[in-house]
Amino acid sequence: MTNKEINKAAEKAKPEQEEKHGKTGFVDNMVVPVLAVVTGLIIGGIVIAITNDTAVAAWGNFFQNPGAAFKASWDAVLTGYGALFSGSLGKPADMIAGIQNYFATGDSKLILKAFYPITESLVTATPYIFAGLAVALGFKGGLFNIGAEGQFYIGALASAYVGYSIVGLPWFVHLPLAILAGAVAGGIWGAIPGYLKAKTGAHEVVNTIMMNWIAFRLSDWLLSGPMKSSGFRPVTPNIEATAELPRFFPDPLRFNWGFPLALAVAALVYWFLFKTTLGFEIRAVGANPDAAKYSGISVVRNIVLVMTLSGALAGLAGAAQVLGTDHWVGQGFSAGYGFDSIALALLGKSNPIGVVLAALLFGVLRSGATSMQSLAGIPIHIISIIQGLVIIFVAAPVIIRGIYRIRIGSSDETVLTRGWGK
Amino acid sequence: MTTETLPQNKKASNQRQMITGIVLLAIGLLMFVLFARGTQPGQEAKFGMNLSNNAETIPIPDLILPVQPSLYALIAITIFLGGWQLARGIRSTGLLIGIVAFSFVAAFLIWATKDQSFNLVGMLSSSLVRATPIALAALCGVISERAAVVNIGIEGTMLLAAEAAVVFATVTNNLWVGLLTAILTGGLIAAIHAILVIRFRVDQIVSGVAINIFGTGTTSFLSSRFLEKNIDALNNSGTFQIIPLPLLSKIPIIGPIFFQNNIIVYLMIILVVIIHILLFYTPWGLRTRAVGEHPKAADTLGINVYFMRYVNVIIGGMIAGLGGAYFTIGSVGRFDQDMTAGKGFIGLAAMIFGKWNPIGAFSSSLIFGFADSLQVKMQILGVNIPSEFLQMAPYIVTIIVLTGIVGRAIPPAADGTPYEKQ
Amino acid sequence: MTTVLELRGITKSFPGVLANDDVNLTLEQGEIHALLGENGAGKTTLMNILYGLYKPDKGEILVQGKKVDVQDPNDAIAHGIGMVHQHFMLIPVMTVTENVMLGVEPTLNGIFLDKDKVAKHIREISEQYGLEVDPNAYIKDLPVGIQQRVEIIKVLYRQADILILDEPTAVLTPQEVEGLFKILQTLIDKGKSIIFITHKLKEVMAVADRITVLRVGRTVGTVSPKEVTLEKLASMMVGREVNLVVRKKLAQPKGPALEVKDLYVRDERKNMVVNGVSFDVRKGEVLGVAGVQGNGQTELVYALTGLLPAESGELILLGQPVRHTTPRAIIERGVAHIPEDRQKHGLQLSFPLYDNFILCNYYLPPFAKGISMQQSVIVSNGEKLIKQFDVRTPNVSMNASTLSGGNQQKVIIGREFSRPIELLIASQPTRGLDVGSIEYIHNRIIEKRDEGTAILLVSSELDEILALSDRIAVMYRGQIMDIVEASKASKEYLGLLMAGIKPAEAQKVTPKSAKTTEAERVF
Repeated sequence: MTNKEINKAAEKAKPEQEEKHGKTGFVDNMVVPVLAVVTGLIIGGIVIAITNDTAVAAWGNFFQNPGAAFKASWDAVLTGYGALFSGSLGKPADMIAGIQNYFATGDSKLILKAFYPITESLVTATPYIFAGLAVALGFKGGLFNIGAEGQFYIGALASAYVGYSIVGLPWFVHLPLAILAGAVAGGIWGAIPGYLKAKTGAHEVVNTIMMNWIAFRLSDWLLSGPMKSSGFRPVTPNIEATAELPRFFPDPLRFNWGFPLALAVAALVYWFLFKTTLGFEIRAVGANPDAAKYSGISVVRNIVLVMTLSGALAGLAGAAQVLGTDHWVGQGFSAGYGFDSIALALLGKSNPIGVVLAALLFGVLRSGATSMQSLAGIPIHIISIIQGLVIIFVAAPVIIRGIYRIRIGSSDETVLTRGWGK
Repeated sequence: MTTETLPQNKKASNQRQMITGIVLLAIGLLMFVLFARGTQPGQEAKFGMNLSNNAETIPIPDLILPVQPSLYALIAITIFLGGWQLARGIRSTGLLIGIVAFSFVAAFLIWATKDQSFNLVGMLSSSLVRATPIALAALCGVISERAAVVNIGIEGTMLLAAEAAVVFATVTNNLWVGLLTAILTGGLIAAIHAILVIRFRVDQIVSGVAINIFGTGTTSFLSSRFLEKNIDALNNSGTFQIIPLPLLSKIPIIGPIFFQNNIIVYLMIILVVIIHILLFYTPWGLRTRAVGEHPKAADTLGINVYFMRYVNVIIGGMIAGLGGAYFTIGSVGRFDQDMTAGKGFIGLAAMIFGKWNPIGAFSSSLIFGFADSLQVKMQILGVNIPSEFLQMAPYIVTIIVLTGIVGRAIPPAADGTPYEKQ
Repeated sequence: MTTVLELRGITKSFPGVLANDDVNLTLEQGEIHALLGENGAGKTTLMNILYGLYKPDKGEILVQGKKVDVQDPNDAIAHGIGMVHQHFMLIPVMTVTENVMLGVEPTLNGIFLDKDKVAKHIREISEQYGLEVDPNAYIKDLPVGIQQRVEIIKVLYRQADILILDEPTAVLTPQEVEGLFKILQTLIDKGKSIIFITHKLKEVMAVADRITVLRVGRTVGTVSPKEVTLEKLASMMVGREVNLVVRKKLAQPKGPALEVKDLYVRDERKNMVVNGVSFDVRKGEVLGVAGVQGNGQTELVYALTGLLPAESGELILLGQPVRHTTPRAIIERGVAHIPEDRQKHGLQLSFPLYDNFILCNYYLPPFAKGISMQQSVIVSNGEKLIKQFDVRTPNVSMNASTLSGGNQQKVIIGREFSRPIELLIASQPTRGLDVGSIEYIHNRIIEKRDEGTAILLVSSELDEILALSDRIAVMYRGQIMDIVEASKASKEYLGLLMAGIKPAEAQKVTPKSAKTTEAERVF
């Protein structure tokens, strides 16, 4: 169809479209993502079942005892996901028992133990919120920042360095300084591919990936040399207490100010993107750079700005992880936050509110995956498999609509990238 | 009206010419400061021209260079070119940059080898071997993108193929089965990518990213779940033997580099030639290029755009699968998590640098292979640069290449854009 | 006479619109049959159905009296139907030979392309039909007139007997149009039959044997040019009496608003496409820039609006030189721009209308206070402009992508006219629009002129230029051939300039000024 005809069609279809607008938005922004996650989990369950020794053995005897085959598979999935969710949300019974015990004896040990899993999920969600915002901001500006992982590392290392190397500052100077260091370092790491994209047209996808590898090698070197603590392991020294993001509860709960900070930053990003002239410019460049240029917006400046801010947000993720949760950086430290954030931003439809919700979900999955690995022997990588699937389902809503027979109209698809040329 | 005659034009090119000239002089100076300054007269660098323990090739004497005179000669060439560029200007910038880059690398090698011996042919031979997966990834990219489908999922595809190859080769105790499995795996994953982007019109970059995450997740999952526990049963395939080609392998220098390799390297070279011929001299190639440049025009002439794209993407995937096989059954005989280490992306850079042309892509893969091989050999020579920095070399070279300093090519006009038949 | 092609009851709907509604058409052997209708009447849809690019909902196609099933272009080609598309279906980076052979490639040994054979065949066709072209030339190096020949050769190479030409004159100079008509006659003489799609009344009268008029997807009727007048055809096409003339007062130009001196511009591929252009635009006049598309007009406008940097030269806006030629700096000096490609440059299609109304001044009060945008002001501004500029939309929150082309253009005009401007640069302002929108836009432009705004109008429709301009500059290969008073300009003279004939040479052929020029509305 020619544009003309599409427009004609659109004109005639308008009243209908308007009527459906609310419903369509709901389906696109809520129903499809939720179903995408559900479908991802179902397929993940199938993977768990077919890689479970007992279940596979039972399927071998399928014709003797078909019931046992199904039961064994079901048990495997149940054990796996049971471990996942109890490991990430905790058990209500334990919580009640803990509360009762606390009021009866004043001993907080049980209550802390019961709430440990859920606070740990929030702790895990914290860097996810930052990193997800980083990728989402990139998408809004028409850029695909796959470099959040590297920016996360560089940010974490910078925060850690400021955190342990400076001694004697009061916390209200030291902590902001350490946070800022993470943001600035991540920002620089993002600005490099941004600048190259703006000035030479070099595609940010490949360049941010290359920056990731450079960041990994750089951190290997820093951790085994300049930033290594005394001792054998390639880790940094612990940061000073003055640089720590304060924790809300006594050990072992690691829930800290990083989480509310992340929520505040999400709100700030929302305001920035949708209520300010700078956000308007970023969205305009992202949606149609030619029209943005026509309206007097500097495309080059905005590309650099978006990549810098995106990198800074990813750097903040690293800062929050170091200053709030780990207090030191080691090799292979918290790998994957940056990569996961791509799925997360897509799932959250690049909207800060969506990103926060998706980050909470990913926090649950990731923190539960650890206990799934230890309790059910299912490798943590199952989460990546599920994520890959979720990305595909979110990006191809047609599949989800097909599986669940959703007929409510679909909105325009988003083109996030434009090949290598531009 | 020719543009050359215009004064404005000349002014701009004069300025560019001056900048290039100054940069060249600076490089010459840098070579002096970095390499020549610390050398003493009488030092020699010995370059081995035979592979060690190689009875195939007719031996030739080693190349022994006097360090200081050689360095001064190279510096003189660079300075001379810089001066010539300032005074008169040189037409072919590609050639100019090529000569200077060669001089710089040669100077570096001579400097690093002073008072030592270094097997030059050994390094060149390992450059070709290390270029193999990069070239195969680049060929995959060329075939897909000539039909306007961007596939950045090559990395994940190669990982999956690598793992499939080693497992099937180990289980059947037959490397050829492994090779075939790898190729089929590559084709299958590419087929999924093709369906997602052609049928469901998923953003091509998003689909590629999902495949990478899925590929990394799946291979790591299977690796931790099965391979690591059953190494001998699943993850120990052995590797393809080196097959010296009769007569050709006896030629000094060329023989050990090109004609004493394993089947995957030979296949790569054959594929480069075949795909080049197919792409530019056959109906299939004409149609592929038409579909990549102007799908609608091809459509109006009765060419099935979707079919061409499916075929190209899937063949590309099979080639990437072959590239995956290189990592396991082609080199180390076992699978390690994330063993492709970004080679898929580097392949894409090689494709861009090679101007979407099979032979160009192969040539630029050799540069990356050289950089990769160099960093390994430098560690052996004990050059006083941390190994992590040497390991960054291929990634940094990729970024430089993508900036287009060395000449920028135009991608196929429709690259990365979906085609909608009305 | 035998009927070679018959379309019966063709019906085709797209989501929400009936593009073709029970359309009938018969083509006789050896005739030129014009398919006339305004933009959006469904002409192209009908031909795309015939060519197998769309599938009809209802109706049948008969070739040589036999019912045929046209599933895709291969079927159409097999039935001897060939199409020359409005937007050429040529691949710029390939040679003429490669473009012609694509899809029906002869091979050597069954593997390798046999280009020599095709090149030879092309030369034969060239000779037979008087379509001269170098088979080894790259398409990107050929002027549009020659590219059109390649398109026709493509069709003849496939041995088509029925040729469909979709708006073939849109990109040609008047003289090239004459040349094309001669070629069409040669084709007819050699036994071909032709369907000629157009919205230009005069061409139809000049060349067609029969005319079928299409309006809003329906056949209005089939007539012979001998039986009808221009006025009658116009009202058949539009469905009401149409005023063929733009009524405007004589211009009262004052001082120059824009002076351009010796401007050079390179396009994005770094080719110099504007080669030393000088002119001025005075307040209260319309300066029309005529020329065949692709002669540097686009880049000239880009340079004047800051979208492309000028290589050298001087721009003086309202007496002051413009040094930083960024779009913002130019906008802030009071320049409005109606861009050639409204969907590429003119609109943020995925943004609501109210945002599209403030694309150029979103950062200024009252729309922004500091960096904070004032949503309620922005929305009420949008509502006001929708009424004022008659934009047909359910509400101001709709995305710009939901509007028709005419309404999208009104949004752009509303936006550009709602701020104080001294100079309006309008590039192809009515391209692809229906007659109603064209009338509206022309009137608004003349209104602006009468308010004292300087107007630079760039159009490849010579009739539009003649209708609106007070002075006319003709561009050819990046240079201005001549600037003439519109009231006296002769169309033939302008056409020769558009084809690159020097003014002195052109005047030998035809007088520079015509006695009376009826400024006629464009169709």
